[in-house]
Amino acid sequence: MLLLKLFVTFFKIGLFSFGGGYGMLSVIQGEVVTRYSWLTMSEFTDIVAISQMTPGPIGINSATYVGYTAMNNAYGSLPLAVLGSLTASLAVMLPSLVLMLIISRYLMKYSKSAGVNAVFRTLRPAVVGLIASAALLLMSAENYGTFADEPLRFCVSVLITIVAFIAMRRKVSPILILVASGVFGALFYGFLQ
Amino acid sequence: MTDASLFKLFATFSKIGLFTIGGGYAMIPLIERDVVERNGWVAKEDFLDLLAVAQSAPGVFAVNIAIFIGYKLRGARGAVAASLGSVLPSVVCILLIALFFHSFRHYKVVEHIFWGLRPAVVALIAAPVFSVARSAKITRTTVWIPILAALLIVAFGVSPIYIIVCAGVAGYFYGKIKGRV
Repeated sequence: MLLLKLFVTFFKIGLFSFGGGYGMLSVIQGEVVTRYSWLTMSEFTDIVAISQMTPGPIGINSATYVGYTAMNNAYGSLPLAVLGSLTASLAVMLPSLVLMLIISRYLMKYSKSAGVNAVFRTLRPAVVGLIASAALLLMSAENYGTFADEPLRFCVSVLITIVAFIAMRRKVSPILILVASGVFGALFYGFLQ
Repeated sequence: MTDASLFKLFATFSKIGLFTIGGGYAMIPLIERDVVERNGWVAKEDFLDLLAVAQSAPGVFAVNIAIFIGYKLRGARGAVAASLGSVLPSVVCILLIALFFHSFRHYKVVEHIFWGLRPAVVALIAAPVFSVARSAKITRTTVWIPILAALLIVAFGVSPIYIIVCAGVAGYFYGKIKGRV
C-alpha cells in the first residue's frame, strides 16, 4: 500500500539523514527519485527551488510535496493526496522525536562521547560526497536539455549554473540567485518565441 | 524566563518556521532571538551545546532543535507541540503550492521560469560541497571518502542510506582499532 510505503520511506529518510539539509537532499533523492520514481529528476529539482523560496526546512518541504504528488498520481483524489503529505511529513519527524524521548537523558553526554566522535570522523566526509552526488545527479538532460536537441537552452543552462555558482561562493543570497535566474528564464525564453 | 505553555511553544516555533526562508540553518538566529533572548528558556551557553546535539542527531536540523527545547521545557508533550509548530507553516505552504502547481506547470511562462531555475539549483547544491568539506576538516588522508561516496551513488546507483550506515560503522571500528573508543 502506497501510504504505508510513504510512511516507511520517510521514516527511513528521517532516521538516516545526517549533516543538515543538503546531506538530507541526497538521501531523499536516492529514495524518492532513484528507487521509487515518485518524482522525476526535474520535479525533484523544482521542489528544491521551491523549498529555498518558501518557509521551512527542505526535509519537511519535500516530504509534504512528495506525499502529495505520489498519492495524487496514484489515486487522483485530493483528500488522499493531503493525507499522503501529512503522513510523509510526520514520518520524517518521527525518528527524531522517538530518539529524543528514549535517549534524552543521555543525549548531552552522547554527543560528546568518543564513540560518536569516531563515527562522525568518517560520516562527515561521506556527507560531503553525498552533497556532491546530489549536485552531479541533477546535471541531467531533463534539467539542461541536450546539446544535440536544444543547443541554445543547453549552453544558457550551463552558463546559469556557472554564474550562480560564482554568486554562491561570493555569499549572494540563494533566494536572490533563484529569483534572478527564474526572471531571466521567463524573459529570455519568452522573447525567443 | 517567561511561561512556556504548550500553546506558547507551538506558537513560538510556528512563527520561527514561518519567517525562515532558505532552509534549516537560516532558522538559528531566529530561534536564538526568541528562545534565548526574548523568553529566556535556554541559557546562551546551553544553546550552543543544544545546536551541537541537534546537528549530530539524525533528521531535520530545525525540527530537532524544536524537539530539544520543547522537551527540556515541558517534557514529551512539549517536544510534540514545539516540533509540530515548527513544521506547520512549511506544510501549509507546500500543500498550497502542490495544489496549484499542477494546474500552472504547463503554462509556457512557468516552464521558462523553471528552465532558468533548475541550473541555478545545481549551483546552490554544489557550492556547499566546498564549505561543508572545509568544516568537515577533510585532509589528504580522508579525501578519498567523499570521492568514493559520490562515485558509488552517481556511477553505481548505491543508496545514500547505505553510504551513511557504512561510513558510520567503519568510523566506529576504525576508532576501536586506533584505540580512540
